Amino acid sequence: MATITASPPRIGLPALLKSRAFQKLLLLAVAAAILVPLANARWASGTWPSALTVDFSEPLAKASDWIIDNRDSHPLFLYFFGHVSNVVVIAVRAVYLTLLAIGWAGVTALGALVAWRVAGVRLALGTAVAFLACGLLGMWVPTMQTLALMVVAVVASVVVGMLLGLAAGLSDRMDRVLRPVLDTMQVLPAFAYLLPVVLVFGIGVPAAVLATVIYAAPPMARLTSLGLRGADKEVLEAVESLGSTARQRLLTARLPLARKELLLGVNQTIMMALSMAVIAAVIGAGGLGDRVYQALASVDVGAALAAGIPIVLLAVVLDRVTGAAGEKLGAEPEPRSGLGWLLALIGVVAVAVAGRFAGRLDWPEAWIVGIAEPVNRAVDWMTAHLYSGVPVIGGTADWAGHFTTWVLDPVRDGLQWLPWWSVLLIVAALAWVIGTWRTALTAVLAMAAIGVLGVWQPSLDTLSQVLAAVAVTLVVGFATGIAAARSDRLERLLRPVLDVFQTMPQFVYLIPVVALFGVGRAPAVAAAIVYALPAVVRITTQGLRQVDPAALEASGSLGATSWQQLKQVQLPLARPALLLAVNQGLVLVLAVVVIGGLVGGGALGYDVVFGLAQGDLATGLVAGAAIVCLGLMLDRVTQPTERRAKKGA
Amino acid sequence: MRVRKTALVAALSSLALLTGCGAADMTKQASPFANAQGAKTVTLSVQSWVGAQANVAVAQYILEHELGYRVDTVQVDEVPAWDALSQGRVDALLEDWGHPEQEQRYVKDKKTITAGGELGVTGHIGWFVPTYLAKQHPDITNWKNLNKYSHLFRTPESGDKGQLMDGSPSYVTNDKALVKNLKLDYQVVFAGSEAAQITQMRQFAKEKKPFLTYWYTPQWLFKKVPMTEVKLPPYKEGCDADPEKVACAYPHTPLQKYLNSGFAKNGGKAAAFLKKFKWTTEDQNEVSLMIADKKMAPEDAAKKWVDSHRSTWKKWLS
Repeated sequence: MATITASPPRIGLPALLKSRAFQKLLLLAVAAAILVPLANARWASGTWPSALTVDFSEPLAKASDWIIDNRDSHPLFLYFFGHVSNVVVIAVRAVYLTLLAIGWAGVTALGALVAWRVAGVRLALGTAVAFLACGLLGMWVPTMQTLALMVVAVVASVVVGMLLGLAAGLSDRMDRVLRPVLDTMQVLPAFAYLLPVVLVFGIGVPAAVLATVIYAAPPMARLTSLGLRGADKEVLEAVESLGSTARQRLLTARLPLARKELLLGVNQTIMMALSMAVIAAVIGAGGLGDRVYQALASVDVGAALAAGIPIVLLAVVLDRVTGAAGEKLGAEPEPRSGLGWLLALIGVVAVAVAGRFAGRLDWPEAWIVGIAEPVNRAVDWMTAHLYSGVPVIGGTADWAGHFTTWVLDPVRDGLQWLPWWSVLLIVAALAWVIGTWRTALTAVLAMAAIGVLGVWQPSLDTLSQVLAAVAVTLVVGFATGIAAARSDRLERLLRPVLDVFQTMPQFVYLIPVVALFGVGRAPAVAAAIVYALPAVVRITTQGLRQVDPAALEASGSLGATSWQQLKQVQLPLARPALLLAVNQGLVLVLAVVVIGGLVGGGALGYDVVFGLAQGDLATGLVAGAAIVCLGLMLDRVTQPTERRAKKGA
Repeated sequence: MRVRKTALVAALSSLALLTGCGAADMTKQASPFANAQGAKTVTLSVQSWVGAQANVAVAQYILEHELGYRVDTVQVDEVPAWDALSQGRVDALLEDWGHPEQEQRYVKDKKTITAGGELGVTGHIGWFVPTYLAKQHPDITNWKNLNKYSHLFRTPESGDKGQLMDGSPSYVTNDKALVKNLKLDYQVVFAGSEAAQITQMRQFAKEKKPFLTYWYTPQWLFKKVPMTEVKLPPYKEGCDADPEKVACAYPHTPLQKYLNSGFAKNGGKAAAFLKKFKWTTEDQNEVSLMIADKKMAPEDAAKKWVDSHRSTWKKWLS
C-alpha cells in the first residue's frame, strides 16, 4: 500500500525530466556528430592537442621580473601599493599594541563583556574560557597577533564588501558586472593568488591581509546586495512619499532594513577570514598560523594542535557571538542597554588597570599546560597499531593502497584516456541536463580553458581525486546526515565535532593522515574528506528536517515503515538540499586540493605549492587558474537552475 | 559634489599623513609585531627543515639572553625568503643551499642583500636507501644496479615502476631529469612537504620495508633511520648547468648566511654576532635531534646546547 502511494512522484518526475533531458541530449548528439569528425581530422583525438594550447610562462616570468625590478622605484609602488601596505602595517600594529597594553586579563574581560552585552551570559562565560584556554596552551602572544591581523582584515573586508554590495544592490548593471567577479574571488583557491600578492607586497602582514580580503569580502558583498534588494517595497514607498532624497532613503530606510543580512555578512566574513589565518602563515603572516606551520616542519602534531585549538576556539566563539547578535536584532531593544555597556566598559578598564599595576600583562609562564607530549604519544600509538597488520580488516596503509589501485588509478587513467572532445561532450551533457544552455556553455568553456592553459593531464588527475573524494564524502555524509536528522541526541553530539572538523586548520591533521595512509593521493583524498564532510552532513540534516511533517505523517498513517518513509518520502522531497550538498561537497573538496599537494597528491595542488615555494609565477598561476576552471565547471555541472535563479533575486 | 570632493581630499591627505608624506618605501617596513614593547628586535627567517630551525633557535637564544634583543621568527620558503630579506621584512637568513639567480639579482645587482659568510656546515643532496636494505643487497648502492631492484620499491603510487620519493617543492631537485637521463625504471613521487616525507620514511623503517628517497645531509633523521647513499655518476663542475640534461650527482655545498644590507650596516651587535655565527654539522645535528626527535621546544634545545658549548659561542660575541 505504502509503495503505491509514494510511487507516483518517483516515476512521474523523472519521466518528465527525462523527456526534456532527452531532447537536449539528442540535440547535443547531433552537434557532436558534425563537430567531432572535424575536430578529429584537424587535431586528432587523445589528449588535448598541443596546437590549441597557449604558453603563458614567458610573459608571466617577464611580469614577475618587472615587478621585482621596479618594486622599489616605480611610482605605482611608491605612491599606491606602498601606502596601502603602510596603512595595513600601521593598523595591525596599532591593534596589536593595544591588545598587549590591555594585558591578558583585560582582553579576556573585554571579550567576555562584549559577548555578555550582545549575546548573553552563557556565551560570555564561553568567551572567557576560550581566551583563558589560549593562554593555558602557551599561545597568548600568537593569539593576539592573529587577532590583530583578523581585526584589520575583517574591518577591511567588511568595508570593501559593503561598498561592492552597495554598488550591486543599487544598480542592476553593476550587479551583472560584479557577480562573476565575486564568483571568481570565492572559487579561486587562496594559494593561487598568494604568489602575485607576495610579489607586489612582499612576504608578511600586508600581503596576508590583502589575500584575506580577497577571500572574505565576497559574502559581505553578496549579503549587502541581497539585503538592499530585499527591502520591503511598501516601507520604501512610504519613505519616498515623504520627499526624501536618494541618499536619505538609503541611510534611513534601506540600510537599516537590511541590517540582518549585513550582520550575517559580517559573521560569514569573520569565518572566512579565520580560515585564511593558517594559509596566510605560508607567506609569513606570523601568529597562530605560523606556529602550526612551524610545528609541521618538525613533524610535531602536538605542537600543531596546541596552536590549532585557539584558532578553533576563536572561530567558534566569534561565530556564536555574531550569530546571537543577529538573532537579537529583531527583538525589542532592552531598556537601559546604554547603562549595561557603560558598566561593561568600566569593568574592562578596571581589569586592565589592575593588570597593569600588578605587572601581569604577559601571560604567566607557570600557567602553561603542555599538551604536545600526550598528543604525540596518542598519535604514535594510533599509527603504530593501525598502519598495518590489523587482523581481518587490514591496516590503514592497505586500505590506502587498495583505494589508490582500485579507485584512484582507474578513474584517473580512464579520464586521461578519454579523447579530449569527449570530455567536453560529457561536461556539456551533464551541465545541460541539469541546467540551461548557458550553464552548459560556461562549463564547457571552463574545461576548454584548462586545455588551452596546457595543463590538461594534471587537471584530469586532480579531477579524478576530487571525484573520488566527493563520492566517499557523499556516502559518509548522507548516512551521517540521515542518522542525525532522525535523532536529536546524535545531532547535538555531532555539532561540536563538526565545528572542530570545519575550523581546525588542515595543516594540523596532515601528519596523522600521512602516518595512517602513507604518502600519495590517498592521504590527500582523506584530508579533503575530513574538510568537506561537515558541510555535507549539516546540509543533509537540515534538508531532511525541513521536509513537510504532514507528508511524513500521511505516509506513516498508511503504515509505511521508517525505512520506506525515508526512501520514498523524505529523500525525494529533500532533493534540492541533497543536490546542494553535492555541490558544496565538490567546491569544498576542490578548496583543499592544494593542501593535498603537501602530502603527495601531486597534480595541480603540487604545482601551486611549487610555484609559491620557487617564486615561479608561471607554474603557480597557471595551475591556480586551472583549479578555478575546474571549480567553475564542477559548480555549473552540479548546480540546478532553480537555485541560481533564487540566488539572483 | 563639492562636499564629496573635499572629503576625498581630506581622506587622501590623512592617509598620506598617517603613512608619512610622499613616496612610500616598501623596503622600510618591518613586521608590525616587531619592537612591540620598545625592545631592540631582530627578525630571523626559518626554513621548513629542522636544521634551519636549529640554527635559528641557537641564534635566537644567544641574541635574547646574551645581547638583550627580542627575536621574531617567520617561517618562509627559501626563494620567498630572499625576497623578504631584500625588502627588510626579515633581517637574516642563516642557511642557504645555493640560489645563484637570487644571488645575482639581490647581492650583485641591487645590493639589497649582503653575504654573511659561511655557516660552517656543508650540505649535500643525494639518493638514499635505508642501511638495513644496503646490508641485504650490497650492490644496491650503485645507480647502475637500481633497475635490477626496482620491483622492491613499488608502491600503489608508483604503479609498476619503483618509487623514488622526493620531498618539498621548495627543494633543489634534478630527480625527474636524472631518472630519465639515466634510463631508470623509476617514478618520482613528490611527498609535497618534508614533514610528509619524514613521516613516510619512519613508517617504512618501522616495518623494515625497502625505500629509495631524495634526502640530504646534515639531517637529524639519520640518527633514527640509518641510511646509505646511492652512488650516482660523479659530480663535475657545470654538469648540472642544463636542468634537462643533468646526469650526475649533486654537489657538496658549503651553506651560506645572508643579511639584509641595511641590517648588516646598522644592525650593531646583532649583525656582528650573526656574521660570526659558525658551527659544525655535529653541533647542528645535536640541536636538531633534540627538537625533532625528543620534541623539545626549540628554545629549550638551544638552552641545553648553549649551556654545554660555552667556548664555541663565546667566540661569536667577541
